[in-house]
Amino acid sequence: MTQLNFSPPPPLTEATEKLRAEVRAFLDREMAGMTPAQRAASWVGRSPEFSRKMAEQGWIGMAWPKTYGGHERSALERYVVLEETLAAGAPVGAHWIADRQSAPSILRFGTEEQRQFFLPKIASGECFFCIGMSEPDSGSDLASTRTRAVAVDGGFKINGTKVWTTGAHIAHYMILFCRTDTKPADRHSGVSQFIVDMKTPGITVRPIIDLSNEHDFNEVVFEDVFLPESALLGKSGDGWKQVTSELSYERSGPDRFLSTFPLLTEALAMLGNRVDDRSAIVIGRIVAHLVTLRRMSRSIAGMLQRGEDPAVQAAVVKELGTSLEQEMVEVLRLIVDVEADLGSDNAYTAVLAHMMLHAPSFSLRGGTREILRGIIARGLGLR
Amino acid sequence: MSETANLLREMSERLFGEICDKSLLIAAEKGEWPAALWSAMEENGLTNALVPESAGGAGLGISDAFVALRVSASHAAPVPFAETLIAGWLASGAGLAVPSGPLTVAPVRTDETLQLEKRSGGWRLTGRAHRVPFARHATAIVVLAKAGDTPHVAVVDPGRCKIEHGHSLAVEPRDDVAFDCELGPGDVRAAASGVDVATLQAFGAAARAMQISGALARALEITVGYAQERVQFGKPIAKFQAIQHNLAMLAAHSAAANAAADMAAEAAERGMNRLVIAAAKTRCGEAAGVGAAIAHAAHGAIGFTQEHTLHFFTKRLWSWRDEFGKESDWSLELGRAAVAAGPAGLWPDIVAA
Ligand SMILES: Cc1cc2nc3c(=O)[nH]c(=O)nc-3n(C[C@H](O)[C@H](O)[C@H](O)COP(=O)(O)OP(=O)(O)OC[C@H]3O[C@@H](n4cnc5c(N)ncnc54)[C@H](O)[C@@H]3O)c2cc1C
Repeated sequence: MTQLNFSPPPPLTEATEKLRAEVRAFLDREMAGMTPAQRAASWVGRSPEFSRKMAEQGWIGMAWPKTYGGHERSALERYVVLEETLAAGAPVGAHWIADRQSAPSILRFGTEEQRQFFLPKIASGECFFCIGMSEPDSGSDLASTRTRAVAVDGGFKINGTKVWTTGAHIAHYMILFCRTDTKPADRHSGVSQFIVDMKTPGITVRPIIDLSNEHDFNEVVFEDVFLPESALLGKSGDGWKQVTSELSYERSGPDRFLSTFPLLTEALAMLGNRVDDRSAIVIGRIVAHLVTLRRMSRSIAGMLQRGEDPAVQAAVVKELGTSLEQEMVEVLRLIVDVEADLGSDNAYTAVLAHMMLHAPSFSLRGGTREILRGIIARGLGLR
Repeated sequence: MSETANLLREMSERLFGEICDKSLLIAAEKGEWPAALWSAMEENGLTNALVPESAGGAGLGISDAFVALRVSASHAAPVPFAETLIAGWLASGAGLAVPSGPLTVAPVRTDETLQLEKRSGGWRLTGRAHRVPFARHATAIVVLAKAGDTPHVAVVDPGRCKIEHGHSLAVEPRDDVAFDCELGPGDVRAAASGVDVATLQAFGAAARAMQISGALARALEITVGYAQERVQFGKPIAKFQAIQHNLAMLAAHSAAANAAADMAAEAAERGMNRLVIAAAKTRCGEAAGVGAAIAHAAHGAIGFTQEHTLHFFTKRLWSWRDEFGKESDWSLELGRAAVAAGPAGLWPDIVAA
């Protein structure tokens, strides 16, 4: 049948639950001073200091080989740390991208030298990455990238502009996606990835302030930026295949349905025991969706661990997950009678405001809703 | 998937695929009992899957047995398979002999209770149960009734009850049964420890969740196939992006229903964990509604006819989502549990689910 297969997730074990208890104790201790509004930022909230502490616990690079500074724990143990930090609203943003997708890409496609250089640094919580995919004229149509790498003596020269680059202002490196061949056989070939040191001369990072008045993403301009040959990630011309594999990591995790979880906990805190049946039904329905998404997302973690390619399943989880995140804002606002206000002393009121202002981005970042539905449709054989 | 589950799936695919065709489904809507289908199911040991081997059954776990249940639903099998599985489990769990033939259970609605009173030389069973699936075709109704405060299980001959015929949207029998009969001492036993009407409702909900996942998978398959064949504006409608996106959502909800139903089956096996089943039935019920709507939209008028097979599946989706608690019933229970857990307890509860 036409089913998209989600095999049963690997079961929880004594080891995962012991780890879970450790993570909860750590978060209780380390997050004691954080305001609810800070927790609401979830995996976009950045604290290099917090990232270093996570690394000290061995919770960055958990599933990589020890030779690269990893901890050789299972994909499921890693999943426990991810979901516990998200549920609590921990400020994991600084290392999130490196741990989620940059390092797995380097591990998979990088040279031995690159692995030895980057992975231990990432695992130590002192090396942050950003994603250089989108451009002013190349958003959903990623293959239309105009940023160019031209082969020069000893390396490449880069020119072009990346945009919406989350965390570029604090990142040490970027994985850059750009064109290396201007006359390719088809539009998906002739593109490549590079690991770019953000301190390289010729790179300018300009802040872009978002509608909530925060500085999360940036414009990154490359002017005659020289990269040594060793900066190439994977094979020249293989960029499309590599970026597709990277996106499975980017799209399937618990960050795609737990971004608004702090809103649900604040709603419960605000409502206390004064919950009528209608409101209880709204809350219960959200819980039903969360429990199901969590199973689907853990199932993908298992597939990734076994080396399978769950790109379509990842699109399903992101599409259902971000829809739920957005809907949570819409339905919870109707059962707790406050007007959203970022500056409010009331935790729920401030968190609601944060979520409402950020909700539109949930189904844009990491690939838009329409693009994800297109990927699922292709998986069904419709295109 | 376990070896047993794989074998069961293959065997069920063959069995239902061969016998459960369109003419059988049409005849069933007209009131005919599909005797050949049922015998084949019995011969292959499907119907007593949850009865222990010591009591003459196949002694399977719930997750494995539900693999066959999902397949039966993906063929819209118009038989009380889920009900017979549950009845066998309930009766054998109480130490009662499990009759052969199609079985059903009562009550299927939480707001109904049946009473048992001890009489000299036996019991007297009274009460009414509404919308009991396939009661008219059952060789026995396995009933959960209260004797005083304790739940008891009784095996009742439908011939001794007053049965009024009714139907689900899929034109499956849903009969009102009035019980007022004497039962022998061997027909009644105390229910297995921890089993009461709420357990029966949860088990029924887990079964309906599994059935929804099977029927929705078929609706997806039929719809994808149709979209690739139907030509308008000079190309298959599957080439239109609006259609592609709608079918992507149908596939997403179908995948979610599958995951939720698997979860419910495991939860049923692990001591009938109510909250997990509540989540699964809620999620599957929602998927049923969204999925059926998309499937029909993509079919245009032909899907709205008796002639086309889609309705055998969508009508079952619409009726199954209402049975053994609808989304709102189970969400209410989940929501109250979330409120009771409070802000600090909710996440640990979700993880434990
Ligand atoms: C908060 C945030 C953080 C981000 N962080 C990063 C980052 O770190 N790195 C990075 O590279 N990018 C980042 N992005 C960019 C993100 O990946 C893009 O916004 C996204 O890919 C869409 O591109 P676009 O904004 O150019 O919109 P467009 O591609 O112009 O899309 C506009 C609309 O047209 C629709 N559309 C486009 N093509 C089709 C089609 N074929 N069929 C149907 N509809 C279509 C889209 O779905 C959308 O609704 C971030 C975005 C946000 C909002």
